[in-house]
Amino acid sequence: MEHSQTPHKDTAHSKEDGLYLTLFTSTFKISACTFGGGFVIIPLLRKKFVDELHWIEEDEMLDLTAIAQSSPGAIAVNASIVIGYHVAGIPGALISILGTVLPPLIIISVISRFYAVFRDNAYVSMAMEGMLAGVAAVITDVVWNMGSDVVRTKNPVRIVMLILSFIAVRYLKLNIILLILLCGTIGAAETVMRQRAEKERGW
Amino acid sequence: MELLALFWSFVQIGLFSIGGGYAAMPLIQSQAVDIHHWLTMTQFADIMTISEMTPGPIAINSATFVGMQVAGILGSVVATVGCVLPSCIIVLTLAWAYYRFRGLSLIQGMLAGLRPAVIAMIASAGFSLIILSVYGQRTLPADLLQVHIIPALIFVIALAVLRIKKPDPIAVMASCGLAGVILLSIF
Repeated sequence: MEHSQTPHKDTAHSKEDGLYLTLFTSTFKISACTFGGGFVIIPLLRKKFVDELHWIEEDEMLDLTAIAQSSPGAIAVNASIVIGYHVAGIPGALISILGTVLPPLIIISVISRFYAVFRDNAYVSMAMEGMLAGVAAVITDVVWNMGSDVVRTKNPVRIVMLILSFIAVRYLKLNIILLILLCGTIGAAETVMRQRAEKERGW
Repeated sequence: MELLALFWSFVQIGLFSIGGGYAAMPLIQSQAVDIHHWLTMTQFADIMTISEMTPGPIAINSATFVGMQVAGILGSVVATVGCVLPSCIIVLTLAWAYYRFRGLSLIQGMLAGLRPAVIAMIASAGFSLIILSVYGQRTLPADLLQVHIIPALIFVIALAVLRIKKPDPIAVMASCGLAGVILLSIF
């Protein structure tokens, strides 16, 4: 299968009327209906842009997803940027960011405005207390799943990093940005060394 | 000045929340609660709860909420733009490099190495939320048995249900809210 070398900004779609509008309404609608973050939004974007609109090829979508997941920031935003860029270049990226960011911006602005009033209500406060226990459970479940993935790799470096990082953040109060930079460097060094070792074994 | 601090804080949150989803949580706690005192721990827990119940990424929801608390609508826009800006630059650079070189293996390798640290950070922030929920305060009390029974019960049951039945987290959250209202108003 032949890959296009550049995003489709010069192809026929950009001349179609309403390309930007479709891009905006699609990302807006998907963002407004996506609860539970990045890993949920990618299948929805795929369904829209690969299956319905046919703007992106199936295997290109996989690579675009990898870019979205490899970049810092919210996966939902990253996925929109990379799809918008693929479909209509930089303006496309800006429009799909707007579509993705507006729904939460509007919803949370409204909630935030009434937050103080809501929070003083006894029943709201009880519901929040119950839901906080729920969030704690959801996050524990997520950490449990992610942690057992790491343990299952049986890579001792990663398991030790997991334990040391937890101690560093929780008890030594290490600055987390410093920790990320440190572990990113270790991760990159480990990858380079492993690739070099594999290459030597190959020769 | 406050706007600039807000912008810069969320640029850092956007830049260093790697691995998506909950990875932003510990950074938001660090910036908004510990460093700048824009939110109390309870408000932080509330925004995590609200984020789980409303659409949109945690980082964007928090940016809007914190921005609104600090400087109204303008604050929420400034914080959101700050949060999205690093993504924009890095994703576009990677996308460009991808069309140019078609290879991301070094970056993906680096991310795999970073993963344990990200999980540990999420675990630490999650631990703070469990303590707040079960003990009603930020730090562990001297007597660990002084638990608030109802949230502790809801936490244990919710976790068991999540582990065994793997339901939609939204349904779990809604049920927990309902259970909170019913149990706390009876007892």
